Amino acid sequence: MYVAVKGGEAAINNAHRLLADRRRGDRSLPSLTIEQIVEQLGLAVDRVMAEASLYDPALAALAVRQSRGDMIEAIFLLRAYRTTLPRFGASVPVDTAGMQVERRVSATYKDLPGGQLLGPTFDYTHRLLDPSLLEDLPVDEPARRPAPDEDIMRVSDILAHEGLIESDGEFPDDHEAGDITREPMEFPMPRDLRLQALARGDEGFLLALAYSTQRGFGRNHPFVGEIRIGEVELEMDVPEMGFSVSLGRIKVTECQMVNQFKGSAKAPPQFTRGYGLVFGQSERKAMSMSLVDRALRAEELGEDITAPAQDEEFVISHSDNVQATGFVEHLKLPHYVDFQAELALVRRMRAEIATRNNDGGMQEAAE
Amino acid sequence: MDIAKEAMPQSEQHGRQRAASLLAKASGQELQGAWDALAEKPTVRPVRGPETGLVMVRGRIGGGGAPFNLGEATVTRATVLLSSGTAGHAQALGTSKEKVRLTAVFDALWQEQATRQWVEANLLTPVEIRVAAEDAQKAQETAATRVDFFTMVRGED
Repeated sequence: MYVAVKGGEAAINNAHRLLADRRRGDRSLPSLTIEQIVEQLGLAVDRVMAEASLYDPALAALAVRQSRGDMIEAIFLLRAYRTTLPRFGASVPVDTAGMQVERRVSATYKDLPGGQLLGPTFDYTHRLLDPSLLEDLPVDEPARRPAPDEDIMRVSDILAHEGLIESDGEFPDDHEAGDITREPMEFPMPRDLRLQALARGDEGFLLALAYSTQRGFGRNHPFVGEIRIGEVELEMDVPEMGFSVSLGRIKVTECQMVNQFKGSAKAPPQFTRGYGLVFGQSERKAMSMSLVDRALRAEELGEDITAPAQDEEFVISHSDNVQATGFVEHLKLPHYVDFQAELALVRRMRAEIATRNNDGGMQEAAE
Repeated sequence: MDIAKEAMPQSEQHGRQRAASLLAKASGQELQGAWDALAEKPTVRPVRGPETGLVMVRGRIGGGGAPFNLGEATVTRATVLLSSGTAGHAQALGTSKEKVRLTAVFDALWQEQATRQWVEANLLTPVEIRVAAEDAQKAQETAATRVDFFTMVRGED
């Protein structure tokens, strides 16, 4: 028999009303606008888009506002929104070589075509709190310098010229890119599906795993071949027009990790690679993704699987923070009946033990 | 689809691709401004949308390898028909329906010989100039953060 218990409707309604009040905060202060969040909390917006796996800065900013800045809640909101929309199709793969670069650094070559472009980075700041930001003081316009008309060559292409590095990951021509949002997950998982999962994976989880590989748990000797951030053109084939057209531009971060070399009896040694590509500006995430991508290629590259970061099922099954938060947080919902059952079981077991002990005690006394 | 491709000469296709690319970059304000400035407003019948959906953004493994699915983006699209029978299509990132409906109207007007020059002069050229100026400014701001390495000679040879 199952008896449903109802109640709490008024409490829930009032809790949501209270939430709305606390979200708004002190009414004497101006309310945040979506434009302010997009412009001034842009990296929070980028993280929400990346992990929600939906590029839309305005909606991501709305999610940040609605969630009171709780990133995983915001990601959850945007993820839920995407399920309400039909899919029009897939884009032409973005061309990161043709990116309008806003930042590009390489840790492997000092002088390379296009140069080291620092862009808007936190690197080399002193990480001291800036009291001037307590006030709304005017901010200087950025410095400018004539931009050379020069291609910003991929570092992997430089190394590829000499055959010193493995090629970009290839699949047979008839391979159709898999989609984890459409097909159930199965292991072993091809690299294209793993990259999709990692691209939406939790930044903190991937960062920790990436760090673990550096500390010796699945070591793979990384160098940042290149990080580039900037806008790429998004194009899609439109059947009505008979050709591909631009949908606009999106900002992405790409990381090319160059890793320890590998050779065999047949092939001379060459560097291996890990790849990271993330929506928005997020180089910590792109770097972590490329380290984990490389670690997960252990089997393909004939390495021993000894560490968590190399364990495909462990990494991919636990990288999605919406799934993770759903399962962890569901524990706080009413489990009254389950717990009553466990309570009854524990009481019965204890009673049985007590009876046995009493019987034993009486037998001892009788002897 | 193949028939449409064959019927359209290569240069015409490039022209329309360029127009569609610029229209996708036009702001709502630019589109509304052009519409307001249009002396004879065409009669427009909606055929499809404007409707918002998702496009799966693809990347390539290693930057140039096999495609993989990166994540989705919101895209709004619309198809309209002018009373002359010319169909206009538009699709752009985001969820702004009115902007994309206007874009489809201008795609149709661009295809008509009588209005193409007007659309070029009053919408596409200003958008092209604005986008080029913004790109140039960003490129210059980025160029100012380029590292100029120099060697310091220390000690005596």
